Amino acid sequence: MTEKSDIVLDVKNLKTVFFTNSGLFKAVDDVSFTVKRGETLAIVGESGCGKSVTALSLLRLVPDPPGRIVGGSVTLEGTDLLTLDEAAMRAIRGNRISMIFQEPMTSLNPVMRIGDQIVEAVRLHRNLSAKEAHDIAVEMLRLVRIPEPARRAGEYPHQLSGGMRQRAMIAMALACRPALLIADEPTTALDVTIQAQILALILDLQKELGTGLVLITHDLGVVAQTAQRVIVMYAGKKVEEASVEALFAAPKHPYTRGLMASIPAVPASGVPAQARLNEIPGTVPSLVRLPTGCAFAPRCKLAIKRCQEEYPPLADWGGGHLAACWRAAEVAEVA
Amino acid sequence: MFAYLVRRLFLMLVTLFGISIVIFFLLRIVPGNIVDILFAAAGYVDPADKVNLEKELGIDQPLVVQYLHWIGGFLRGDFGYSYVSEKPALQEILPRIPITARLAGLALLFSASIGIPLGVISAVKQGTKLDYALRVFSLSGLSLPSFWLGLLILTASVAMFGQMPIFNPNPQTWLEAFATYAVPAAAVGFRSAALTMRITRSSMLEVLRQDYIRTARAKGASDAAVNYHHALKNAILPVITVIGIEAAFLIGGLIVTETVFNIPGVARFLVEAIRWRDYPIVQNLVMFIAIVVVFANFTVDMLYAVFDPRIRFTD
Repeated sequence: MTEKSDIVLDVKNLKTVFFTNSGLFKAVDDVSFTVKRGETLAIVGESGCGKSVTALSLLRLVPDPPGRIVGGSVTLEGTDLLTLDEAAMRAIRGNRISMIFQEPMTSLNPVMRIGDQIVEAVRLHRNLSAKEAHDIAVEMLRLVRIPEPARRAGEYPHQLSGGMRQRAMIAMALACRPALLIADEPTTALDVTIQAQILALILDLQKELGTGLVLITHDLGVVAQTAQRVIVMYAGKKVEEASVEALFAAPKHPYTRGLMASIPAVPASGVPAQARLNEIPGTVPSLVRLPTGCAFAPRCKLAIKRCQEEYPPLADWGGGHLAACWRAAEVAEVA
Repeated sequence: MFAYLVRRLFLMLVTLFGISIVIFFLLRIVPGNIVDILFAAAGYVDPADKVNLEKELGIDQPLVVQYLHWIGGFLRGDFGYSYVSEKPALQEILPRIPITARLAGLALLFSASIGIPLGVISAVKQGTKLDYALRVFSLSGLSLPSFWLGLLILTASVAMFGQMPIFNPNPQTWLEAFATYAVPAAAVGFRSAALTMRITRSSMLEVLRQDYIRTARAKGASDAAVNYHHALKNAILPVITVIGIEAAFLIGGLIVTETVFNIPGVARFLVEAIRWRDYPIVQNLVMFIAIVVVFANFTVDMLYAVFDPRIRFTD
C-alpha cells in the first residue's frame, strides 16, 4: 500500500445535518474517504444525495444556519480542518484546498475583472505586490489555455463564454497551487463539446501540479474517463466504494447497478435502438423521513425483509471494494 | 455613447419645458394674485389702482403672452424682479441656495453613511435580534414625518438644555457650521436613511444568495471583504436609484424642516413666495429645483455604468 504521507485528504465519519422547519435531516451521514496526492476520487450519485454538501463540508462552507457539521474529521495534510478557528480556516481555503463550482455563468463576480478576481485569490494567501499578483493571474489564464490572457484578464465575466468562465474559475482555484481541488459538477452546465475540453484541462493541470482531485458528478461516463477511485452516495450515505475498474466490472450495490444501467448505450449498426432507457424507479427519499433500514430498499428490486429493518454495514469485498448491501453477492447475478 | 448623451440631453430639455408649463399654469389656477393680496390687506379697493398695478406687473396680459415673456427672459438669464421685495429675483434666490444645498447634501450624506452600513449589517445578520431592532428603527424612520421629528427635537432640546438650536448664519469654524446644519439635516435625512437601509438590506439579501459570494468565501476572503467588497458592489445599484429619487423628495422635506428650524434657505423662501403669489420667484425657483432634480437623475443613470460593467449606454 502507499505511504501515509501520500494521503492529502482523510475524511473520517463526516456528519453534516440541516435543521429545517420540517425537521432535522442528515445530508451527509458517516461518510469516510481518502484522497492521495495526484489521485482523482469521484463522488457519484443522484441530485440530493449529499455530494455537494460533502464538498462544501470539506471547505466548511455549509451555510450555517441551517446546516452544521456535527461530527467526524477532515484531515488535510495532517491538520484537522474541523478543529480550526475561522481565521485559520480562511488561510486554508483557496490556498491548500479550493473548489470549482457547477455554474460558471454565476460563480464569478459580475462587477469584477477576471484578472482582479484571480489577483484577489493570490494576494489573500501570498504576500505579493499587485503587479506580481497580476502577473501570476495572467500566467494562470495562459495555463488554462485562454487565448490572449493579458487582454482577457482585463475583461468582465459577461464578456467571456461559459467555457472560458469555467477556465477562469479553474485558473482562480489553482492560482495558489492547492494540495486538493474539489470540482463540483464542473462540466454539467457546459456544452457537450466544451465538457471534454474542460475535463481534459483539469486532468492535465492535476497531473502537472500533483493536486489531489475530488470530482463530484452524476455522470458515470465522466467517472470512467477520469477517476481512479469512486464512491457512490445515496441519501447522504456512502453505499459503495471501489476502484474504477472494480466498480465498472462488478458493482456490488443495486443502486450503482441501476446508475450504470440507465446510461444510454449507442446502438451498434443494424441493431434497433433500445425503445426506452432503463431507469431506477421512484425518487430519492425525503431525508427528513428516512426508512429505518436501507434507504434504497423502497426502489430496489432485490429488497428483502431484512433490508427494510436493518441498515446494512459497509462490507469489504476485497481490494478495498466496499458496499453497503445485504444482497451484494446477488447483485451481479441478477444483472 | 455620444448619441445616447445627445438623446438624453434632448429628453431632459423636453422634461424641463413640460415642468415650466405645469408650474406656470398651476400658479395661475391658484385663486388671487399679488395685487388681490396687497389690496385685501389694505382694506380699500379702488378698481382703477388695481388695474394700473396689474398692468405695471404685466399680469393683465393673456396667459400665453405672460408665459412667453417669462420663459424668454429665463432663457436669456433675465429672471425678473420679485413682486414683494422688488429686488432682482436672482439676487433673492442665489444667496439662499448654498444654505439649502448644504442642508440637503448633509441630509443625503447622513442617509447614505447611516443607511448603507446598517442595511448591510441587517442583511448579514438576517433573522437575529439585531436585524429586528434595525428593521423597527427603519420602520420608525419611514413613519415619522420630518416636520414632526423636527418639532420633537426642538421640544426635547428645550426640555433638556433649556434652549433650542438657533440658525447661525455666519459659522466661523467647520465645527460650528456642522453644528448649525447637523440637527435639521438629521431630522430631514432620517427618513432617507431608513429607506436607504431597507433597500440596501433587501438588495444585499438577494446578492448574498448568489454563487459568486460562495466563490469569494471559497477563495478565503474574510466576512468583511465578502460583504463589502463582493456583495455591496453588486447590491449598490438599487440603493443609488433610491438615493437619487430621495434627493428630489428631500426638497419637500426641507420646506417644512426649514420652517420648523427657522432656516433662511430656498425651501422656506419658496413657501413664502407662493403665499404672496410672487410669480417670478416661484417660477424661477421651481425651474432651478427642477434642473437640479433632472441632473441628479441623469447622474444616477450615468453612475449605473460606473458600478456595473454590464451596463453600457449604446444606441
